Amino acid sequence: MSAASPATRAPIGWRLRSRGTPYLFLFPYVAINLVFFLIPLIYATILAFYQTNGPARRAYVGWSNFTFVLKDPDFHKALWNTTIFAIFSIGLQLPLSLGLAMLLNAKNDRFKGIFRLAIFAPNLVGQVFVGVLFSVLFTPRYGLFNRGLQALTGWGLEQQWLGDSKLVMPAIIIAAMWMYVGFNMIYFLAALQNVDQNLIEAAKIDGAGPGHIFLNVIVPAIAPVATFVVVTSTIGSYQLFELPYNLLQNNGGGYGPSNSGLTIVGYLYQNAFTNGDLGTGAAVGWILTFIILIISLVQIRIVGSVGSET
Amino acid sequence: MNSLQIFVLVLAAIFVLLLPFSPRIAFKYGRFALLLLVGTVMLMPFAWLICSAFKTTDAMSQYSFLPPLSEISAKTINLGNFRTLLAPQPTVQGPVTFWRYVTNSLFLASALTMVSLFFSSLGGYALAKHRFAGRNLFMIYMLASMTIPGVVLLAPNFAVIWRLGWMDSYKALIVPGAVGAFGIFLFRQAMLGVPNELIEAARIDGCSEFRIYLQLIMPLVRPMSGAFCLISFMGAWNAFLAPNIFLQTQSKLTLPVVLNQYMGTYVQQYGVFLAGTLLAMIPPAILFFSLQKEFISGLTSGAVKQ
Repeated sequence: MSAASPATRAPIGWRLRSRGTPYLFLFPYVAINLVFFLIPLIYATILAFYQTNGPARRAYVGWSNFTFVLKDPDFHKALWNTTIFAIFSIGLQLPLSLGLAMLLNAKNDRFKGIFRLAIFAPNLVGQVFVGVLFSVLFTPRYGLFNRGLQALTGWGLEQQWLGDSKLVMPAIIIAAMWMYVGFNMIYFLAALQNVDQNLIEAAKIDGAGPGHIFLNVIVPAIAPVATFVVVTSTIGSYQLFELPYNLLQNNGGGYGPSNSGLTIVGYLYQNAFTNGDLGTGAAVGWILTFIILIISLVQIRIVGSVGSET
Repeated sequence: MNSLQIFVLVLAAIFVLLLPFSPRIAFKYGRFALLLLVGTVMLMPFAWLICSAFKTTDAMSQYSFLPPLSEISAKTINLGNFRTLLAPQPTVQGPVTFWRYVTNSLFLASALTMVSLFFSSLGGYALAKHRFAGRNLFMIYMLASMTIPGVVLLAPNFAVIWRLGWMDSYKALIVPGAVGAFGIFLFRQAMLGVPNELIEAARIDGCSEFRIYLQLIMPLVRPMSGAFCLISFMGAWNAFLAPNIFLQTQSKLTLPVVLNQYMGTYVQQYGVFLAGTLLAMIPPAILFFSLQKEFISGLTSGAVKQ
């Protein structure tokens, strides 16, 4: 074989070709990111300072989009509703997910797969379809939810859920819980399965009770996943829109009676696309981004410190 | 007291009675009973949906699920809801049938899945197995872009799409979603596990970079591809906000947008849009059952080191 055999030449040829290859492979991402992320992001900053009427006409208005939104009672309502929803997602739904994951996390259980599937199944259905489904489930007298409630407690058959401004948020929280409890459970379950069984055995030998093992062995071990789940749930909760919008389609046109189911993204949608003021929409987008950023940073600090202390 | 209350009480009573004899068996039983209860509650709305889609409006107000056997007849259970749903509906652009929306949704979700599978995996391969100037900076930029919530781009993207002249076109839905940082990272993670020696060997054999990607790497990350396809298909199938904003012509609409419309059209006959909802749940369910294993592992791969 000569020195210039294909076996030695190929790598050199490859080196020349390969210099451009990664750039070529990443080019679609760069192009799409530029047109549909970076430019819109810069544009959002500019747009927030303009009043617009549809995409074509606009006028510079300075900070008044922001001051208008921050003073608007509708925005306050939306912020309040969304915050309530986020608090219940974190405070009620996530502990339930963790509880279910711990129930499921047993060795040698033939039914584990079936239960996991049953609890996860609602997640296959999009928010729109869950909204449509629950709009009928919550009907007074005929709806399954009221019938079940009456069968269990004797109360609730005639209860209006979606027509009563006090009960709209609870209804949204219940529908979201049905939808997402299994989704977060999958994360907790994966984390629990990764907990070192030797540590638990060692703690048992040292005479630790189940409560002690949970707090001092399991919690620190699942803290990174818990942080991830808490932060992503909060971010998701603050962007809630499709579920209430469809659930309440026949009650207050998607926002509930007297805006009792209005969320921040719903408020953005109303302003930007129903009223055609993209400028206000962009301002709401930035305010929401700021809120999410602050809350996520605080959460990462809090949950992170809990994990490292114990 | 009714039968449901008695059933719950009996389940609880068995647990209390077992406890003094053998706590181990009691907890084992309690765990099973609790899971059975939760699982039933979770599946109840599905069972109810299936029953409701086939019930007449009268039967729906009388029975929660199916009527008793003696009452089952064409008067209570029939295909009337589906007949109304699938009949051609007059629109400004002429009659449109429900199948049209099903086809639209199937086309959009499949197209988006294929395109994003290709571009995301290609980008993931470049990041996992190539060294190039600015790679780390590039990845930091991608991570940073993922922290910006999508809603901030909603208003400006509308203006961009409008300027491009893509309103009322599927381009407005497919192109922006064709590749994203999330998908690229997902594939990068999976491809990091492919041994470098394998790729080197293929290169020495004179294999082109694209052939290495297509014929060597892609078959090796098949589970991740399955998970990605499912996540991407379900996202596109269930998407409501973007199609609702960008699509205008009735015959171009997707299932979520149309079902939202039908809630207003069939206020009194909700069996019709429930039948539509049931049909809309079938394709993602089929895909899920064929890719279930990949899905669960792909879902948690970002959060948990397996």
